[in-house]
Amino acid sequence: MSEKKKLKVATTSLAGCFGCHMSFLDIDERLFTLLEHIEFDRSPLTDIKTCSPDCDIGIIEGGLCNAENVHVLREFRQNCRILIAMGACAINGGLPAQRNHLPLTTILEEVYHTSPGLANGMIPNDPELPLPLNQVHPIHEVVKVDYFIPGCPPSGDAIWKVLTDLLAGREPSLQHGLMHYD
Amino acid sequence: MSLTFTLDGKTIPFVDGETIIQAAGKAGVFIPHLCYHPEFKPHGSCKLCTVKVNGRHTASCTMRAMPGMVVESDTEEINAERRALTQMLFVEGNHFCPSCEKSGNCQLQATAYHLGMMSPHYDHFFPNRPVDATHPDVLLDFNRCILCSLCVRASRDVDGKNVFALSGRGIKTHLIVNAKSGKLGDTNFALADKAAQVCPVGVILKKRQGFAVPIGERKYDKAPISEAVTEGK
Amino acid sequence: MALNTMHAEAVAGVVDRVVSRYRRDPANMVQILREIQESCDWISPEAIDRLQSTLGVPRTKIEGVAGFYSFFYTEPRGKYRVLFSDNITDRMLGNRALMERLCNNLWVERGKVSEDGLVSVGKTACTGMCDQGPALLVNNTAIAGLTAERIDEIAELIRNKQPLSEWPAAFFKVEDNIRRADILLNADFKPGEALLAGRARAPDEGLMASNMRSWREGLPSGMGGPIAVLDEIKRAGLRGRGGAGFTTGLKWEACRNAQLKSGYQRIVVCNADEGEPGTFKDRVLLSSYADLVFEGMTVAAYAVGATKGFIYLRGEYRYLLDHLNAVLIRRRRENLLGENILGIPGADFDIEIHVGAGAYVCGEESALIESLEGKRGTPRNRPPFPVTNGYLDQPTIVNNVETFAAAAIIALKGGDWYAGIGTKHSAGTKLLSVSGDCERPGIYEYPFGVSIRQVLADCGAQDTQAVQVSGPSGICVAEAEFDRIIGFEDIPTAGAFTIFNKSRDMFEVARNYVHFFQHESCGFCTPCRVGTSLLKNLMDKLHYGAGSPYDFSEIEKLNQLLQSMSHCGLGHTACNPVLDTIAKFRPAYEKRMNQKDFTPAFDLDRALSAARQMTGRDDPNAHLSTEHGGAA
Repeated sequence: MSEKKKLKVATTSLAGCFGCHMSFLDIDERLFTLLEHIEFDRSPLTDIKTCSPDCDIGIIEGGLCNAENVHVLREFRQNCRILIAMGACAINGGLPAQRNHLPLTTILEEVYHTSPGLANGMIPNDPELPLPLNQVHPIHEVVKVDYFIPGCPPSGDAIWKVLTDLLAGREPSLQHGLMHYD
Repeated sequence: MSLTFTLDGKTIPFVDGETIIQAAGKAGVFIPHLCYHPEFKPHGSCKLCTVKVNGRHTASCTMRAMPGMVVESDTEEINAERRALTQMLFVEGNHFCPSCEKSGNCQLQATAYHLGMMSPHYDHFFPNRPVDATHPDVLLDFNRCILCSLCVRASRDVDGKNVFALSGRGIKTHLIVNAKSGKLGDTNFALADKAAQVCPVGVILKKRQGFAVPIGERKYDKAPISEAVTEGK
Repeated sequence: MALNTMHAEAVAGVVDRVVSRYRRDPANMVQILREIQESCDWISPEAIDRLQSTLGVPRTKIEGVAGFYSFFYTEPRGKYRVLFSDNITDRMLGNRALMERLCNNLWVERGKVSEDGLVSVGKTACTGMCDQGPALLVNNTAIAGLTAERIDEIAELIRNKQPLSEWPAAFFKVEDNIRRADILLNADFKPGEALLAGRARAPDEGLMASNMRSWREGLPSGMGGPIAVLDEIKRAGLRGRGGAGFTTGLKWEACRNAQLKSGYQRIVVCNADEGEPGTFKDRVLLSSYADLVFEGMTVAAYAVGATKGFIYLRGEYRYLLDHLNAVLIRRRRENLLGENILGIPGADFDIEIHVGAGAYVCGEESALIESLEGKRGTPRNRPPFPVTNGYLDQPTIVNNVETFAAAAIIALKGGDWYAGIGTKHSAGTKLLSVSGDCERPGIYEYPFGVSIRQVLADCGAQDTQAVQVSGPSGICVAEAEFDRIIGFEDIPTAGAFTIFNKSRDMFEVARNYVHFFQHESCGFCTPCRVGTSLLKNLMDKLHYGAGSPYDFSEIEKLNQLLQSMSHCGLGHTACNPVLDTIAKFRPAYEKRMNQKDFTPAFDLDRALSAARQMTGRDDPNAHLSTEHGGAA
């Protein structure tokens, strides 16, 4: 396997908390083994800001809360052969999606206009700022997602299992103990 | 002579009048289920316990066992169908496991684990279902309701109170509470009621007691649902 | 305006009156709720309060039932509640434009109640007027043959708060439109004749008694008659006309042979919940052949030993209630119902009419029985079947309106005669409800075995692309199959025959039907409750031009899941129109798959609309390109 070209892996966090990335680091010394097979492209680990066009695997943490999340997700889908949703937020919107039963207008109104202590509050309208979506969505509702690693966060072992399954050409699966939605 | 049928090739004895799932349970064979509960009259609505009897799909909680029946349950095809139903239940409601007190003890979650559900697959409905916190001891979080009607049956058949019922139709079917206000606080519901004990998901919750058991020691952390259930709960 | 606020005392008065008329029996819940609403315009919390105390049932039971049926309102919906029939044929005849016209005329938003609380305008499933659409219901009274002019008149009457009873009678005229009559519709029949003929066929009365049961358990008289009638029905080869085609004689025999617990009786139910979009034959039978139908029920009661009968009349046919009750009263007077019918000792049978309240699923026999018992119309787990454990656990037969009419004819003229008509496997005739793209829509009675092509020729259909036989749950027949025949051996049908010419988009036909099933799913089982909604969303996605082959394969997977996992026929057949049109009109789908790749489930740009509005932004960053052209 070491003869082979290393697989390019890109990762990002959208509307997530980076907890899944922290968990990724929990594979600990197995990272070294992993790095024999992969190299990181765009990722918070490398600080590379854009995906190379020939990434093999894209790993997405977090759901879609705003326009920028959509842009980044699309960049990953375009450049990665395989896309993996990592963690509860990417898979079902997670904690951010618990705003979904409230109309966005009510939320913005509350946050910027009517909260106690605000005077003459304005809703920020700088074109640099990404606009929030009406609802938070999991990523599979916007692009095709190939694999999912559930968990909040998935344990390092679960992430390791899915990645090694993929590297070995197996359909990823998680047995009891590794499979968690929380 | 004892009566038997075969389930995935295994001979299962039964007594006249037993359903397939009852006989299977006694023989230690797990068939996934959500609305079925051994103490209550079968409802047959979740369809998770669907098996193939002589090649035809049928709910094993309502189908009586018959001598010589050939039943398939733990097959790739049927488990894929069950997984799809589980995914439907996940997108129909708002199931955010990380913030749910029932996580780790939830039958829906554990069944999804058992079926290898890696994602909810379908597009989410994200329905608006306000919680009811009016009762002094119990919280109702309708976001997680899967309409299994176990609380309806328990309250009616065991507690004799009729606190719960289903109303609405189709995708708008929902749980209602026996009070003009529609609020649990205005009913005679009590924590000791059977109906307070049977919710397979996190709708009916004891107040002031969330997340009491640490992760790793909860019911389905310790053993998968297939073992927990066949061991008789 | 306090149009919807009756005083609590007045409401209580209405509730008490209705409840006592229905003998304080919660099994009559659906009828009680219907009548309360007819008096009070809606079912208010005060009405439920009063019902709870007078009926002695939990509030949850009342609310559960009221919440199930489309025609029950637990929120005010106006003094005038207008519902446009929204079958595909109504659409083809322009119902949408008429609905907009009425809304504009009345300053009311579709689906909402007008600000003054006077009127609401919405849509409902097929009201059984496809031969004379577009149609609507106002306070559950049918008005067919709508035109723009009629809509304006209706708006005027509503604005003037003219009571419905004072609207011009011509508005409510419903035509029979019988275009072809055969043995049933041409029958030379006088009330009572079929019963007498059936009884006269008894072989040597009394001698055959040893192994047979009498009309009423234990009574010696009339022993031969019932068995002789049952034999005629069997010999006729009569099969159910509701679509499934179960052998009527076997069903009756099973009910007759079912153990009768003490205090129980056998029940005959006539299924007049004609809800399948595109069918309206029962409307005509009940309008103009009610005696034949009631006589058929009485023949059935005679054969199986039943003493109680029900007609379950769909809510859309509420306008027939007075007429049907009048026929029943006359038949009682003529001793064709009641005790010792036609002087036969112990021959006791009477018929009660139950009116439904807008739930297609109640056409399924066990759901119908649940509804008759005053419950939510959820199909039961089976076995046991109704023939042994039906209405209030008693042995019950449920048959279609047309089946009973045919049974009366068979009793009158004999089974052998009847078996000689039609084909080998499908005896007798079938009423077809012909509508859609043809010159002469209406009722056509044919001996079984008639080809699709023949029907099309007779009704003046031209340039036909497809025929939906037996409604959305039936089959979609394409041009290449027009030589196929109506009959249980080929195309079985409950009677709907909806014609689409080549200008019609068969994808849109299927989408209309998918919406129908989604609306009518009872919500009991997971696959149908959620699956029909998912299917609807995917069909809508294709409709808005945002569909891809990925969505198409999802549709196919859902179809399979609905078929294998659903609780009842509604779920099993909900995907039929999609499966059929995919198989036969695939280009209609391919045309819709505008996108090659996976596309978002919702309109991304529209998903930024609230934020754009709140921030006042419209710069390029305030938008997202989207492949999704339609509703979010």
